[in-house]
Amino acid sequence: MQYLLLIYADENAAPQPGTPEFGPFMQGYQEFTTHLQEKNAFVSGDELQPVATASTVTMENGKMEVTDGPFAETKEQLGGYYLVEAENLDMALEYASMIPSAAHGRVEVRPVVKY
Amino acid sequence: MLAALTKTLNDLQLAEDCLQDAVEVALRKWTDQDIPSSPSAWLITTAKRKAIDRIRRDANFASKEKQISHLLEMTSTSEQEPDLDAIPDKRLELLFTCCHPSLAEKTKVALTLNTVGGLNVDEIAHAFIEKKSTMAQRLARAKKKIKLAGIPYEIPALDLLPERLRDVLSVIYLIFNEGYSSSSGETLTNVDLSTEAIRVARILEQLLPDETEVSGLLALMLLHDSRRYARLNNDGQMIALEDQNRQKWDKGKFREGKALLTNTLKKQKIGPYQLQASISALHNESPSWEKTDWAQISALYQLLFQLQPSPVVRLNQAMAVSYAESIEPAMDILDEIAEHKNIQKYQPYYVARADLARRAGDVKRAKVYLNQAIELTNNEIEKEFLIKKMS
Repeated sequence: MQYLLLIYADENAAPQPGTPEFGPFMQGYQEFTTHLQEKNAFVSGDELQPVATASTVTMENGKMEVTDGPFAETKEQLGGYYLVEAENLDMALEYASMIPSAAHGRVEVRPVVKY
Repeated sequence: MLAALTKTLNDLQLAEDCLQDAVEVALRKWTDQDIPSSPSAWLITTAKRKAIDRIRRDANFASKEKQISHLLEMTSTSEQEPDLDAIPDKRLELLFTCCHPSLAEKTKVALTLNTVGGLNVDEIAHAFIEKKSTMAQRLARAKKKIKLAGIPYEIPALDLLPERLRDVLSVIYLIFNEGYSSSSGETLTNVDLSTEAIRVARILEQLLPDETEVSGLLALMLLHDSRRYARLNNDGQMIALEDQNRQKWDKGKFREGKALLTNTLKKQKIGPYQLQASISALHNESPSWEKTDWAQISALYQLLFQLQPSPVVRLNQAMAVSYAESIEPAMDILDEIAEHKNIQKYQPYYVARADLARRAGDVKRAKVYLNQAIELTNNEIEKEFLIKKMS
């Protein structure tokens, strides 16, 4: 099965560039990605630009409406994702727990629909 | 049988439906002269055939081809009825699935009662004072989530096992306590959740005989349950442990619980349920409230607090200390936990406060605390009990 791991965290709570924590934090991500690749579990994964860069689109009467900002203003923002291949939910949950941002944020695990 | 089928089909809902189909066939086909030598095995084989039919009817035929050929292989190789022992016991797997941390608490309880305990939707809805349709929906949603989210039908890997087993045990204990105190009802329900919890724990104990906390929980529930008929008087009013007629305690349940506990403690893998069972056993063994071994109970609560540092444990310890030593050190313990947010809405805390105040001769304060306790109770039987205490 495929699972989307959605990484939510307060952007200001993550280790910031220039601090001593930042290096190990980024290295943690690199190691996690490598781990997924070695397990043949990595499908894709990316970091997103800060939520300040977000735009939200909806169609109103056939016309595109764009608003500044994310779909919902929340304390924690979607900052990145991994799409992984996992045998079952337990496996996917284990991967989610290994994501460095899980230490200060949260990871939502969603099974992907397969047609 | 349901557990075995679920494991084979990897789909709880499908397994239930097919087993139902097979039972219907059996009701039509089986007559007095014509009962198969192993009815269970016959049902399983028939259910598997029904599963093939059902999957074939399914729109996503192409994507299910693999599942069908797997099933066909299984039914063709077992054309002769297999004997019952050959059906693998999958109840443990099913129990772990039902108590998976990704399910809500109430859902875990309902699923466990429905699939492992064998209560029907009506009975579970009744026990939880919920509409049948609401409960049916809850169960259907849960089964759908299990399937779509890929919650495994497996015994968790060794590194996950201790944590997951704790989840399972806490669900069983929750079921027991719901039946024991029936916190949300006016009278006790006719579905006996406590007995049901004990039944599930017995199954688990058979399957995992070396897990001492499983045995500990079973022993604890048996010991608690041995006092159930002494807990209410003829009018259905609650009687405190202190005032119970000890002759009414069920000696059979006590003996079974105590023997199980003694055997388990020998294995020297102590845990919270074993400690609570030990405390419960000390009450059972005492000829009266006054002769209770309070010093030992207090020491056991101290141990329990080290494993489970919760204010509720300290509260119980305080009461033991009040008898083993005196009122003052007990009050000190209550002062120490007073600020805890979990304790401020905890009814037994105010009952304990009232009791200590009364025994110290401060009737006025005792009444204030009792009033607070009454306000926090929504169970009619308990409320009556507290109001009676007031006078």
